[in-house]
Amino acid sequence: MKIKDHNELFQQKEYIEQFERKKEFENCPSDEEVNKIAEWTKTEEYKELNFKRQHIKINPAKACQPLGAIFCASGFEGTMPFIQGAQGCVAYFRSHLSRHFKEPFAAISTSMTEDAAVFGGLHNMIEGLENAYTLYKPKMLAVSTTCMTEVIGDDLNAFIKQAREKGVIPEDLLVPFAHTPSFVGSYITGYDNMLKGILSKITSGKKAEQNDKINFIMGFNTYTGDYFELKRLMNMLGVKYTILADVSNIFDSPNTGEYKLYPGGTPLDDTIDSINSMATFALQKYSTQKTMEYIAKQWNHKTAVATPIGIKNTDSFFDDICSIAGRQIPKEIEDERGRAVDAMIDSHPYVHGKRFALVGDPDILIGLVSFLMEMGGIPVHIVCTIGDKKFEEDMNNLLNSSPFGVEGKVYIGKDMWHLRSLMFTEPVDLLIGNSYAKFLWGDTGTPLVRIGFPLFDRHHLHRYPIIGYQGVINLVNWIVNTILDEMDRKTMNTTSFDVIR
Amino acid sequence: MRQIAIYGKGGIGKSTTTQNTVAGLSEAGYRCMIVGCDPKADATRLILHKKAQATVMDMARERGAVEELEIEDVLLTGFKDIKCAESGGPEPGVGCAGRGVITAINFLEENGAYSDDLDFVFYDVLGDVVCGGFAMPIREGKAKEIYIVTSGEMMAMYAANNISRGILKYAQSGGVRLGGLICNSRKTDKEYELISELAKRLNTQMIHFIPRDNQVQRAELRRMTVIEYSPEHPQADEYRALAKKIAENRNLVIPTPLNMDELEQLLMDFGIMDNEEAAA
Repeated sequence: MKIKDHNELFQQKEYIEQFERKKEFENCPSDEEVNKIAEWTKTEEYKELNFKRQHIKINPAKACQPLGAIFCASGFEGTMPFIQGAQGCVAYFRSHLSRHFKEPFAAISTSMTEDAAVFGGLHNMIEGLENAYTLYKPKMLAVSTTCMTEVIGDDLNAFIKQAREKGVIPEDLLVPFAHTPSFVGSYITGYDNMLKGILSKITSGKKAEQNDKINFIMGFNTYTGDYFELKRLMNMLGVKYTILADVSNIFDSPNTGEYKLYPGGTPLDDTIDSINSMATFALQKYSTQKTMEYIAKQWNHKTAVATPIGIKNTDSFFDDICSIAGRQIPKEIEDERGRAVDAMIDSHPYVHGKRFALVGDPDILIGLVSFLMEMGGIPVHIVCTIGDKKFEEDMNNLLNSSPFGVEGKVYIGKDMWHLRSLMFTEPVDLLIGNSYAKFLWGDTGTPLVRIGFPLFDRHHLHRYPIIGYQGVINLVNWIVNTILDEMDRKTMNTTSFDVIR
Repeated sequence: MRQIAIYGKGGIGKSTTTQNTVAGLSEAGYRCMIVGCDPKADATRLILHKKAQATVMDMARERGAVEELEIEDVLLTGFKDIKCAESGGPEPGVGCAGRGVITAINFLEENGAYSDDLDFVFYDVLGDVVCGGFAMPIREGKAKEIYIVTSGEMMAMYAANNISRGILKYAQSGGVRLGGLICNSRKTDKEYELISELAKRLNTQMIHFIPRDNQVQRAELRRMTVIEYSPEHPQADEYRALAKKIAENRNLVIPTPLNMDELEQLLMDFGIMDNEEAAA
């Protein structure tokens, strides 16, 4: 038997007939009517109605808290993310991460069912901890929660204590926890809550003499390339560092033919000692707010936030690092900057004056908009489903700082269906977003540059850094070559189908 | 800052007792906050002289999300600068009131309602500890001290015993302790002796016996505590006495709840049987 390719399968006669019969059975309106409505959805009138929409979200750029929590938890040595909640949720988080990184991902669910909803999840927690510890021998079990657990009000602290008293896990096993209700915030909130939970638990009482290391917190950053890039840069600068929640080896582990349950992560000793570092640097702001507030209050050392995306942001990042660590910028880094600027100049005739729509997470949007304006790009529609008022204000300040920002409008809490309306009524040249934004590409024909999370339909993009001067080169590469691809597609049968661009 | 949770059977007078006691504490110079944890939202009415319309959950419903709220919207100030907040919750019969309590307390915490200058925070919690949400005030780092309002009525005592079982659960793993029973008298037979004995069996004390007095109702009709409405009235002194005892209380214990048989036996030993026999 020949197995037909998915792309051809539905073009076969029997499927085409089946679709026709289905249409008839469902009493589907005529093609003419469908097309008429489809055209209407592109109008100003529809846009206004669309923006009044209240009770439905269509393609929001958002996923829930526990996803961020387990992403964060996995970034520590020998740590098993442990979710007090239902199994289906956890299966979804795991597949979401696996589809993006094309890597296996392990996490535990306590499989709460109806009886747990009625009686509370104490038994699930105790049995779960016992099984997880016995089977997977973790050095740390990082507990987070799902909706169900939060609605019934499970008390994680008390449950974990009882598990210890019962002797199912050793007294000294690290079991930090975070309440991460899926119906509050998003994965960036979950990341923040889990990181704060882990750091506050395992550094408690470990304050000693300050050393000369710097902590880096990446935030909900799914570019493994960024972690490797940061390490490379800090090694060049000669700065001693600890990356808190270092997920690089978890989601980009070498294939040796042998499966490792715990392929990397920040060493626990380093994590415990992070309280004694001279400073903590967050490379994202909105996904680290509570953690940074805690560190600033409790750790008694310098804290700073900077997202080094684009030239200006990377410059000020290096300025901050150098002043805190007392270093000079080495020639190699200066050369890298020069190369990045050169790349921007090479490509800027194609980017300058181009209008952009962007959809994604707050930190990445701030970085990208800043970078685009450096290239003379014009950000027009900026949609951030999970953005808050503070983000809106920050973005507006950024837009006001450049003549290229005057057209930019920020939309917080809006989704990709809103963006679709905007892209029809005020068309742009280029779209930046995650894989789900490809439907906007499909509908509007605006070429898509895939930057953000999740990226399910293209491979390896997460391996390339978007931070630092190297990140600038990658961004220029992705953006300008998408523009050139589109130019080729459009000129294919004309005299302008040039070999030189 | 001492955080105190008041529990007890529905209708037993928790809100009245809490507000009068807090009025007493404030009069004595302590800075207090009351957090009402009941969808009915009547835990601050006597302090604010009105039913608080601006509960956390009402405002959230109005604005669309808790994130849209400002602390000033829901944290009001009443008699003697007592700070008041109400969690509020869903309409009867829908949604999850327990989650409403969790959401509200998280909101208050994250937005700085628990300022360092407070001496006391009182949680006035709906009826029984029916689900995890209503245990929120006694979870990690929050109220460590619980008082149960009861009377000599069977069901009120049954509820008090039940609540003790809830406390026991949290006492073993956390630092939650029972501070005592407050007897809000319903003039049942041998009420003083009965509740004293119940307290003893629960390993605690009857911290105060509040006699029944219609002055409480008179004050309530005017949306005031007795202490504000009639400071000279003897009933006001009862609440002052309770406030003083709570402020000075160091007798915090892990309760030893009774089983149902023991509880019924206690009632028979003390009240009902004797009198019925006498009546017969």
